[in-house]
Amino acid sequence: MSDALLEYAPLLPEIFLAVAAILLLMYGVFTTDAPKESPGWLAVLMLIATGALVVTQDFGTAQLFDGAITVDDFARFMKVLILIGSGLAIILSFDFLRDAKILKFEYPVLILLCTVGMMLMASSNNLISLYLSLELQSLAIYVLAAFNRDNVLSSEAGLKYFVLGALSSGLLLYGCSLVYGFTGTTAYAGIVAALAGSEHSVGLVFGLVFVLAGIAFKLSAVPFHMWTPDVYQGAPTPVTAFMASAPKVAAFAMLIRVVFDAFPGVAGDWQQIIIAVSVASMVIGAFAAIGQRNIKRLMAYSSIGHVGYALVGLSTGTPEGVSGVLVYLAIYVAMTLGSFACIIAMKRDGVQMEDISALAGLSRTKPMLAFLLAMLLFSLAGIPPLAGFFAKFYVFLAAIKAGYYWLAVVGVVTSVVGAFYYLAIIKTIYFDEPTATFEPMSAKVMFVLALSGIFTLFYFIAPGPLVAAAESAARSLF
Amino acid sequence: MTGWPILSTIIFLPLVGALFILVLRGDDEAAFRNARYIALWTTIITFVVSLLIWRDFDSASADFQFVEKHDWISGTITYHIGVDGISMLFVILTTLLMPLCILASWQSIGTRVKEYMIAFLVLETLMIGVFCALDLVVFYLFFEGGLIPMFVIIGVWGGKRRVYASFKFFLYTLLGSVLMLLAIMAMYLQAGTTDIPALLAFDFPANMQTWLWLAFFASFAVKMPMWPVHTWLPDAHVEAPTAGSVILAGVLLKMGGYGFLRFSIPMFPLASADLAPLVFSLSVIAIIYTSLVAFAQEDIKKLIAYSSVAHMGFVTMGIFTLTTQGVQGGIFQMLSHGIVSGALFLCVGVIYDRMHTREIAAYGGLADRMPLYAFAFMVFTMANVGLPGTSGFVGEFLSLTGAFKANSWVALFATSGVILSAAYALWLYRRVVFGKLEKPSLAGILDLSPREIIVLAPLVVLTILFGIYPKPLMDPTTASVNKLIADYNKDVAMAAERRLAHVAEVK
Repeated sequence: MSDALLEYAPLLPEIFLAVAAILLLMYGVFTTDAPKESPGWLAVLMLIATGALVVTQDFGTAQLFDGAITVDDFARFMKVLILIGSGLAIILSFDFLRDAKILKFEYPVLILLCTVGMMLMASSNNLISLYLSLELQSLAIYVLAAFNRDNVLSSEAGLKYFVLGALSSGLLLYGCSLVYGFTGTTAYAGIVAALAGSEHSVGLVFGLVFVLAGIAFKLSAVPFHMWTPDVYQGAPTPVTAFMASAPKVAAFAMLIRVVFDAFPGVAGDWQQIIIAVSVASMVIGAFAAIGQRNIKRLMAYSSIGHVGYALVGLSTGTPEGVSGVLVYLAIYVAMTLGSFACIIAMKRDGVQMEDISALAGLSRTKPMLAFLLAMLLFSLAGIPPLAGFFAKFYVFLAAIKAGYYWLAVVGVVTSVVGAFYYLAIIKTIYFDEPTATFEPMSAKVMFVLALSGIFTLFYFIAPGPLVAAAESAARSLF
Repeated sequence: MTGWPILSTIIFLPLVGALFILVLRGDDEAAFRNARYIALWTTIITFVVSLLIWRDFDSASADFQFVEKHDWISGTITYHIGVDGISMLFVILTTLLMPLCILASWQSIGTRVKEYMIAFLVLETLMIGVFCALDLVVFYLFFEGGLIPMFVIIGVWGGKRRVYASFKFFLYTLLGSVLMLLAIMAMYLQAGTTDIPALLAFDFPANMQTWLWLAFFASFAVKMPMWPVHTWLPDAHVEAPTAGSVILAGVLLKMGGYGFLRFSIPMFPLASADLAPLVFSLSVIAIIYTSLVAFAQEDIKKLIAYSSVAHMGFVTMGIFTLTTQGVQGGIFQMLSHGIVSGALFLCVGVIYDRMHTREIAAYGGLADRMPLYAFAFMVFTMANVGLPGTSGFVGEFLSLTGAFKANSWVALFATSGVILSAAYALWLYRRVVFGKLEKPSLAGILDLSPREIIVLAPLVVLTILFGIYPKPLMDPTTASVNKLIADYNKDVAMAAERRLAHVAEVK
């Protein structure tokens, strides 16, 4: 291999995955039209192979394309999380898609393309590459949200997400152009250099605000969260599971990189914004979820709240805070995929149930599913000794260390409010009388649920390795 | 004291039993019976093993014993457990009450027996863990984890308003303890460790102590419970199944008092000295106010629940006198109350199982048909009142002695609470047990069954034994309490000296 090619080695996983996605597309097009699972399984294999390529990269930090792409420990940590999220989301989807008669090869192809975009988001080190990778990811998700195209809710979700997503992309681009105008560069390193020394102008802060608003939309952080409940409810459940896991991680990766690599010079400014967004997300996430009857809508508000907690860690602006966010995201992805596996298992007479009341008496009819779902909900509420507790522990620890006592107090108080609505579901599962049972769970859904359940339940035995990995990832940013 | 990790054995033995029940197949009477027996034997074995700790415990030492330490999250947050004089007896109390709880639920729990037994065994693991933990994070994990099984126990097997009661229990306790969690984090960042022995030796800055003390107080005051955050307790007690009430009154409430002794006083001595008047006021209000409220109750369980709040008032008062007598009285009162209030709830359970009502008015004249029951109930009522010769007297007497030393006004008001408690307890006894047996529904009521005798007899014996001969409970605690008080006095004296030196400097 020539040296010119070797130069691109750090990007090998993304290149591999992009080529794989295109090959998978060919495979889908040139084989029969009958619904089949093979493209999905091939996609999972490709994701695993990509994951292997990511974890075997043994150099520290590398930059490509004049610094537009950075590959470091942080990027690798996020990419592994993204790949796990995407892979499990595909495994979750088979049965649901077959029942909805939309088991098509485009689904795994779109997820693979989206994953390429997300991986590039974790690596992008330039406002242009940031925007391009974000759009690659978003376009795939717009289509995925409307994947059940004969269903009104699904089409509406796709359209709504597309229109609002386009708006937020506009905001982001406007912000990027302002930043470019006031610093003369789109490269993060150049922005840092431009900010150094001189007083920064108000226009730059304007740009920063718009950039953050665009990213906050992707994170579904308050006040840019309005699309979340509708899209989560309307999109096919496996798509919702996917949207709630991997893209959240990618958006966080992008946000963390922007604020630490491009705008460390105006830390005071972006910290204020992040804190405001974080507090608003925690409060809205906790209170708005109380009235929900549809479990997918409830999970939407729950994810808004969790984004708020994770932002607590980011708002500290410290390495501890970032590693807290990374631990939080890893645990959040596990809990979310498990919860959605349970939601997908809520099937009665071939019909997918979404009402919380359908869970009544689940502990009698399906004790194991009931136990796992209740355990995941306790974990989402942050009750020890489950994994969700440790997630909150690290971000609040970082907040206290940075002196944001009041932010930590807001966090724990809203998590008590949040505990109320999780408890309300557990009450339905355990205290109410059963109505009718669900159909047996498929082995694939059970696999995802078991994986996430075991991780959540037994995380407390060995919390060290994940924390160590997150710390080393966070270190590469500072 | 060999290499065998005896404390870990006691902590995790119930969990092993729970696993056995988990793998039981079938949903019929045979499976239920197996589940009951597994739970019973697990708790009995745990109890017997825990007695070994008592046997091998060195009462002369104030240090932590049976210590185990393993790496866990990091070098500074470790799996560190051990017991000293303050915690050892609470472990025994827990393991003692558990088999009795299982026996008490033998017949009254007929649905979802397996889940019930699993919940209790998991709860036992978590409760023992609370008293053994020597690391703040480990402590918090056990402390908070206990909410889950108790929430399920109240919510699934409870009475009519069980959902309300279980939510109230969960959210009240959670709100208190998340504030403690923040304090734990702040302590970790200040001291660089969550190891309890290390933190006991660490001097926190005086202004920080007040905040940390208040955060811990938020948690323990709810758990205790102290007036005015006690309102979850009557609801939880009334709705919980009998065994749930026993554990709630017998063990869970003690975690609050234990927390004060383990954390608040030794780690934040200056704040404790400053804020003791607050605790005194709340305690005295609890003693008098909840005694009066207990008077007005129509429900037996609610009456006993309010009397628990009043008795816990004596405990907090005794502990914060910060005298040897007061603290030892508080500990003794907690242990005694663990036995007596547990027994009282068991007594209520006995008649509830027969009549399915807890209304005082539905009973009367039980002495005619149930002489054995009347006797047992009388012993526990007297112990609840604090009659000399029962274990209730020793604790109350010592904490009042301590209170007289610290503040005679507090003692004066608290003593009047003793009279009130005699009034409501005796009145309850009179209405339930004495009088003519007139109600036709009671005509066929049967006296204690052999199973119920087995449950209540050991508690009768212990109540009287510790009333006459309190030494076995006093001896193990003495050394640790003396050390606690000595350290506290030293810290306060040093702080006073520093303040004087500072004043002199300024001049």
